[in-house]
Amino acid sequence: MATDGTRAAGERWERDTLGRVLRRFPERQERFETLSGLEAGRLYTPLDLAGPGSGAAEGSPPAGGEAAAPAHDYVRDEGFPGEFPFTRGIQPTMYRGRLWTMRQYAGFGSAAETNRRFKYLLEQGQTGLSVAFDLPTQIGYDSDDPLAEGEVGKVGVAIDTLADMETLFDGIPLAKVSTSMTINAPASILLAMYAVVAEKQGAPLDKLSGTIQNDILKEYVARGTYIFPPEPSMRLVTDLIAYCAESLPVWNSISISGYHIREAGSTAVQEVAFTLANGVAYVQAAKRAGLDVDTFGPRLSFFFNGHIDFLEEVAKFRAARRLWARLMRDRLGAKDPRSWMLRFHTQTAGSSLTAQQPLNNVVRTALEALAAVLGGTQSLHTNSFDEALALPSEDSVRVALRTQQIIGHESGVADSVDPLGGAYLIESLTDRIEAEALRYIDEIDRLGGAVAAIEKGFVQKEIEDSAYRYQRLVEEGRRTVVGVNAFQVEDEKMPPLLEVDPEVGRRQMATLSEVRARRDAKAVTSSLEALREAAVATGTALMPRIVDAVRRYASLGEICHVLRGVFGEYAGAGR
Amino acid sequence: MARSGPIRVIVAKPGLDGHDRGAKVVARALRDAGMEVIYTGLRQTPERIAEAALDEDADVVGLSSLSGAHRVLFPRVVDELRKRGLGDVIVIGGGIIPAGDTPALIQAGVRAVFGPGSPTSEIAEFIRGAVKERRG
Repeated sequence: MATDGTRAAGERWERDTLGRVLRRFPERQERFETLSGLEAGRLYTPLDLAGPGSGAAEGSPPAGGEAAAPAHDYVRDEGFPGEFPFTRGIQPTMYRGRLWTMRQYAGFGSAAETNRRFKYLLEQGQTGLSVAFDLPTQIGYDSDDPLAEGEVGKVGVAIDTLADMETLFDGIPLAKVSTSMTINAPASILLAMYAVVAEKQGAPLDKLSGTIQNDILKEYVARGTYIFPPEPSMRLVTDLIAYCAESLPVWNSISISGYHIREAGSTAVQEVAFTLANGVAYVQAAKRAGLDVDTFGPRLSFFFNGHIDFLEEVAKFRAARRLWARLMRDRLGAKDPRSWMLRFHTQTAGSSLTAQQPLNNVVRTALEALAAVLGGTQSLHTNSFDEALALPSEDSVRVALRTQQIIGHESGVADSVDPLGGAYLIESLTDRIEAEALRYIDEIDRLGGAVAAIEKGFVQKEIEDSAYRYQRLVEEGRRTVVGVNAFQVEDEKMPPLLEVDPEVGRRQMATLSEVRARRDAKAVTSSLEALREAAVATGTALMPRIVDAVRRYASLGEICHVLRGVFGEYAGAGR
Repeated sequence: MARSGPIRVIVAKPGLDGHDRGAKVVARALRDAGMEVIYTGLRQTPERIAEAALDEDADVVGLSSLSGAHRVLFPRVVDELRKRGLGDVIVIGGGIIPAGDTPALIQAGVRAVFGPGSPTSEIAEFIRGAVKERRG
């Protein structure tokens, strides 16, 4: 067979050509590893995809160095873009049809300031909005709550009532612009506000395009903006999914996220495994709540990290697509091919940025963005070079956006679908990541599923161990971070940084007081009481009551206060 | 603070910030370096942190914040410690703290700020030196 000839040639190469060089010039390291600790083999050849049944000698590994996986079948394993298992992409034309959405995460200070930044970014050519909310908003506190002190407007925009939301989207036609909102525990409230703003603009709900993150499980293990315990939180998640399935047909009801899990220190394999395990949990919860998987399946979406190990990242995205397609079709019973498609947004890795020599981060972000594009992302945020120090300035975010535009319009990689498909290393690594991720998913199943695994602290421990392992590698000099443990510079000059207006907290409190003074207090009280009743009666839809309350200018804090009263607060687990 | 025995450290996350990778890595590294470390978890108020320092007879309180709330919260922690007679506890900070903010924090009683890229060995060494000085 052809493989026998290749194997014989490979063995001769190893013995003679390679052997000759290695005897005189040892390699830089004993072993080369990806960021996730997978071996980075010296060379990958067709033998890495030929499988153990290729007629080769038992026990002799292919030149790539890893144990052989089952023989590759192009149609089964890679297939064609737009068809199961979608390894090569979820659409047949991918970026030849339309470039990925350039969607920069943005938000700080007041709704008016953020509105200005949104308009700036749209003017500079980004093609979708992405809203960053401040921590009090994400955790269900109004700007005048004692716990909000010092935090208002710092990491995102402060939203207390519908009035802020109206200001946030002033002059931005929601019927035309796609918006992603990074909000989780109080996601229902923000989506309700968005829907009411759209309604006031005269934009039909069935035209609203965008995404709401609504992914509470990762909050418990990696991001920390939970409010309620897991069970009532899952109810809120499925309630929102049901509302979207019925009223917002082109809205992504959830963005099942691996970005934050990776940022917390997980490996690429864990990022895929824990994200998809959470996805399985959400699908199962929605089914238990009475929804048919194909009713919501096509509108699930995902959010991954774009990290610095270039080849591993490209393989990771492809592995995730194939694994999810298999899970949805073969395990979760989805019949609609659109339910099998893993559609995702990527953000380049914040944790890869350095405070030292910040301009170097332009390069890191470019490589990471390129990997995401070669991995087939639907939407992309590129970090600004100063983000290890502060939120992006207008100048630095412009460079980040230009990075995407240069990749899309100048580099040529968008002109063919899945250009790295078929590379021996890429296919081998895609297989490897899928197999390793599946092992984790099996482990999580044995623990009782994602929610149980979180309650038992399993996921958290895995992430912490990976984070610590990485730190040791860097401190021992076994992993290089340019500018940090190598190629350092003394006395650097820092670029001008964005400063959030220190008065934003005070001004936000004033705005909130004004809204409270103007609104119909009785209507607010009765809408909050109606919400409380619905919350107490498990099985009752919550979104309609939340929309009502929001419409009457009940504040986010007031609504969450009601829900806290019924659902309780999450106390923390597995630490 | 403890007069002898292993160095006792509280690692705390004041405010609403949920990014605890750094805090956990530092806590573990300090444990590996032979210190006794308590990690408080997320969403600690300055009062609760000071109470923990009191309860645990801490030599050091390490504060982590990536959300920009350090300007308000770190000095608050120092105040709460002083109110409880713990003014000699060594307070250090880390996270996303612009260099421009450090002087004000030092003024307010924070002994040192360890920004992104600080090796944990450097933090451990600083703590050892500072505690030795305090214990006399």
